[in-house]
Amino acid sequence: MPGLEDLYREIILDHYRNPRNRGELDAPPAHRVEGFNPLCGDEIIVYLDVDSDRIADIRIAGQGCSISQSSASMMSSAVKGRTTEEARAVTRAFKAMMSIHESSLDGEPDGLVGGADGSGGGDGDVKLGDLEALRGVVKFPVRIKCATLSWNTLAQGLDEATEPV
Amino acid sequence: MKLDVARIRKDFPILEQTVADRRLVYLDSASSSQKPRVVLDAMTDYYETTHANVHRGVYGLAVEATERYEGARDRVARFIGAPSSRGIVFTKNVTEAINLVAHAWGRTNLGPGDAVLLSEIEHHANLVPWLMLAEERGVELRYLPMADDYSLDLSDLDRLVDGVKLVAVTAMSNVLGTLTPVRRLADAAHAAGALCLVDGAQYVPHLPTDVTELGCDFLGFTAHKLCGPTGIGVLWAREELLEAMPPFLGGGEMIRDVRLDGFTPNEIPWRFEAGTMPIAEAIGLGAALDYLDGLGMEAVREHEVSLTGYALRHLTERFGDELTIHGPAEPSARGGVLSLALRDVHPHDVSQVLDQDGVCVRAGHHCAKPLMRRLGVGATARASLYVYNDTDDVDALADSLGSASDFFAL
Repeated sequence: MPGLEDLYREIILDHYRNPRNRGELDAPPAHRVEGFNPLCGDEIIVYLDVDSDRIADIRIAGQGCSISQSSASMMSSAVKGRTTEEARAVTRAFKAMMSIHESSLDGEPDGLVGGADGSGGGDGDVKLGDLEALRGVVKFPVRIKCATLSWNTLAQGLDEATEPV
Repeated sequence: MKLDVARIRKDFPILEQTVADRRLVYLDSASSSQKPRVVLDAMTDYYETTHANVHRGVYGLAVEATERYEGARDRVARFIGAPSSRGIVFTKNVTEAINLVAHAWGRTNLGPGDAVLLSEIEHHANLVPWLMLAEERGVELRYLPMADDYSLDLSDLDRLVDGVKLVAVTAMSNVLGTLTPVRRLADAAHAAGALCLVDGAQYVPHLPTDVTELGCDFLGFTAHKLCGPTGIGVLWAREELLEAMPPFLGGGEMIRDVRLDGFTPNEIPWRFEAGTMPIAEAIGLGAALDYLDGLGMEAVREHEVSLTGYALRHLTERFGDELTIHGPAEPSARGGVLSLALRDVHPHDVSQVLDQDGVCVRAGHHCAKPLMRRLGVGATARASLYVYNDTDDVDALADSLGSASDFFAL
């Protein structure tokens, strides 16, 4: 049985205790997107300030467990200042990591995901960095939705923010 | 008679397993209880010796299967003090029982300008069917509020009940453990010319139940929370109400005659049992009620009051202000459902740590989101007690909560 240390890596607990980019932005002009996990009641609100295809600012509000909150915090750090395309690539890479079958976990090279099974869609060079710490969540299938909640919400926000006018 | 928990535990095969070399601590019976061997055996025996479709064939097996299925109906009637088994309708679960009433009775009797009185501590199963009716027909919904001591606040009952056609309430909260004053609410409903529906999902498995004493008109409960199988529940209703209700689902069994231009519905209770029913599950439910009556429902209640008191005392002594228990402080005013908040540690994280120690609790909103909003929380970790739990289980819960507290210490 996987242990608690597989799930709650120190960097996860750090983001949980000291969440980055916590707060709100005025919407509009910022885009405000809500995400819910109906199973556990977690809810997350992502505020996106997209300026000529670049995420100029991002804020996270809402409440949830340590995994959903730390994943949101890490997500905000990972995409802030990036172009929307880069943010989408990180999102795909992160979600690919979250969908790896448990049996393929051993021997997975650190830092590189996506591409190999085609699901990464050419994001093989995306570096997940700190986000790698969330890899252990895959061993706890019921918690995967906690980790992906903020990313799904971000993806929805990016779609809305970059819709052709 | 005091429950002999050590002996009872031997009746439940699943409790023999260990997690990390420790005994399984199952504290999620409010979600679904475990099953004693006699229930599993009754269902297996039925399939091995008696199975055929009921109310169909004239051959021996079909007759015997029908007798056992209808015998289970009689057994249910005895368990809840129903005047006759004609008022017992088998459903899939409580959710379906309440939906049946909302469709068959509600769509006949409720329209724009009519009102239904609910409470804000209800499970979604006793909210959403009425919300659907409100959307569809403009039925007004009113809510009894929760008082700060987690009881129902009845101070405004007279005004709220005035003019309603139905009062639909839980007999015991699945989040707080609060026992509600069903008799008083049923009397108030009747005085106002309304009917009373009781969601007995959490009550019937844990307290002696007599529909005449409760005074209600409809009672729903489910087998899988009272040592029985999943897939079968019960709606009891006063016979004259069922007689006046149109069918819910259409199909086989629920009809007396079908023509190409119409149909005549069957008698009650079969009018409400469309298609082949979960026969083995009905027989399993009957066996579960035999088992509980063998223990004695008075003894079951006594055991749970005592164990709940132990849990409230010990958890409060050990954790003090670190632990909030959302529910009445007095064991006699509640059931053995303990909704816990450990500081600001999220219930998912609490239950993850507990899981490492083989302690099974439910983390989430417990299908009662309006109540969670009223409590000002998104979720709780809920430990719930039943006949096979003892002080060792409560101690294991306390130790594991201690680990969670340490692990998430800042």
